[in-house]
Amino acid sequence: MTRLWVLLTVFGAIFCAPFLISSEFWLNAVLMMLYAALLGQSWNILGGYGGQFSFGHALFFGVGAYTVAVLQVQFGLNPWIGMALGGGLSAMVATVVGWLSFRYGLRGAYFALVTLAFAEVFRIVANSVGLTGAGEGILIRLDRQPAMMQFEDLSSYFWLLWAITLGCFLAAWRLENSRFGARLVAVRDNEDAASAIGVNVLRVKLQAIALSGFFMGLAGVFYAQKFLYLDAGLAFGPTVSVEALLVPIIGGMGTLFGPLLGAAALHAVAEVAREVIGGRPGLDMAIYGAILVGMMLFLPRGLARIGRGSARRIVGREVTGGRGNA
Amino acid sequence: MDFSILMPSILNGITTGALYALVALGLTLIYGVLHIINFAHGALLMLALYGVYYLNRLFGLDPYWSLLIVPPAMFVLGYALQRFVIARASHGRDENILLVTLGLAIVIENLALFFFRSDTQVVNTPYAFDVVEVMGAFLPYPKVVAFFAALATATALWALMTRTDLGRAIRALAKERKGARLVGIDVEHIFAVSFGIGVGVLGIAACLLMPSYYVSPQVGNGFVLIAFTIVVLGGMGSFAGALIGGIVIGVVEAVGGLMLGESLGQIGIFLIFILILLFRPQGIMGHQA
Repeated sequence: MTRLWVLLTVFGAIFCAPFLISSEFWLNAVLMMLYAALLGQSWNILGGYGGQFSFGHALFFGVGAYTVAVLQVQFGLNPWIGMALGGGLSAMVATVVGWLSFRYGLRGAYFALVTLAFAEVFRIVANSVGLTGAGEGILIRLDRQPAMMQFEDLSSYFWLLWAITLGCFLAAWRLENSRFGARLVAVRDNEDAASAIGVNVLRVKLQAIALSGFFMGLAGVFYAQKFLYLDAGLAFGPTVSVEALLVPIIGGMGTLFGPLLGAAALHAVAEVAREVIGGRPGLDMAIYGAILVGMMLFLPRGLARIGRGSARRIVGREVTGGRGNA
Repeated sequence: MDFSILMPSILNGITTGALYALVALGLTLIYGVLHIINFAHGALLMLALYGVYYLNRLFGLDPYWSLLIVPPAMFVLGYALQRFVIARASHGRDENILLVTLGLAIVIENLALFFFRSDTQVVNTPYAFDVVEVMGAFLPYPKVVAFFAALATATALWALMTRTDLGRAIRALAKERKGARLVGIDVEHIFAVSFGIGVGVLGIAACLLMPSYYVSPQVGNGFVLIAFTIVVLGGMGSFAGALIGGIVIGVVEAVGGLMLGESLGQIGIFLIFILILLFRPQGIMGHQA
């Protein structure tokens, strides 16, 4: 239970950020960090706890984002309803992709490739079809009122994102303390052994990808409502996929606080680099890539597992049943 | 559909496919030996293309003469990457290799964006617009050259693997890592050589591609999934498979483009990719229980 209290305390502190930070710039920086933590924890549910590495998580992000945008622009549906539909549809798409992949036993690199290919297919379709605005993208009409999920001030956006992210982290916390989570970790550590003791491997993986896709979809909805513009590259392109997997890899895969730590570290480094070198295109991503390579070389288990003291036990407790060479 | 439109489109697809095959040959070699999915393949191709481009722009070197410089340079780069980065980052886990090559791809691509800007560059050659008539279709001269070069490269790789000591060592390593070490093969060195050859072949592909294509920092992206598709389609690790797979993909893209239009035509490739991964996993997952 201590971990739940730590989690709630941390999120309580984050909730107060708009009261403490008067500068719009810094509040936005914290918001972007929180957003990265949401992407990262969504990926972590499937990739960290479940060991299924997706390289195309933008697929679920894009489905959520386009759902809320298209329903709103083309059919006049309220975005709050669109949000629920976006999360639900993302979870459904995730389940279908998961069923197709896991049903045929795709693991490791092949699962990564197939998710990447699905994201590409969706990107090409969204880039060509009239419904999604094709290559021009889709613009959500400016209408700043809470009923339309558009806010005058940054704080309200911040709290909306805070609520979604808290939900995602609570889901991860539940995962660590439930039989479902134990099964998922068992599948990650040794699929054959898990299957032998009666774990329904396919079912567990599908539940994990659906949950992961749901929160990724909500992240997409938030993005659409915050920036009010989408195109195929933004929604389904590699940037989101990379950020989603990078955050937990830096912070520590399969840990509750890893994504938060990773998001903070990633944004701190990116921010400093931008100050030092200036904001030429390509730089952010080049740094992300270099961090990924560096992490793999020197800290393949993530920041959360550096220390060995009590902090590690609270922050970085790894849910594991003895790592095999899976 | 009118045959007189279809036939040139198919022939065009075959020559494009041979170029794809050339890109895929290196990937299939790396996969077959090291069991590594090299996500940086597209980015390395882009780098090689820039090499060809700058050799032409700064020294006026014809892309075909670059064959003497770019492939060896790419070999050295590939050797170094495997030996000093990828092998060290793996820590004995395949997922780490996957992630480190993804990281390399991101770094290379975005540094290119940073230094070369996102502009599209081409190399002007006197023969760029020459055509060769084949069965009533007019094919660009550079593509015909590339087609035969792809055949020659595949044959050379096959000969290397079956007829030389190096090839035997590589194959031994692919089959049995420990056994290879026991009989005195320098495992780390041979791994790096294999990776180097795979990346060196990209250098060949770049020299042949440049006269009929362009280079931009993102150019590798289009190739990387296509190359994966070809490798999966042809059977991981098979050179002949890569050649045939490449040609099939080239034809699918050309005919798909003819029927669905340019932007949707590529979808056929990804659908094939997904279908093969889903329905023929036994061909690509040799070590699955």
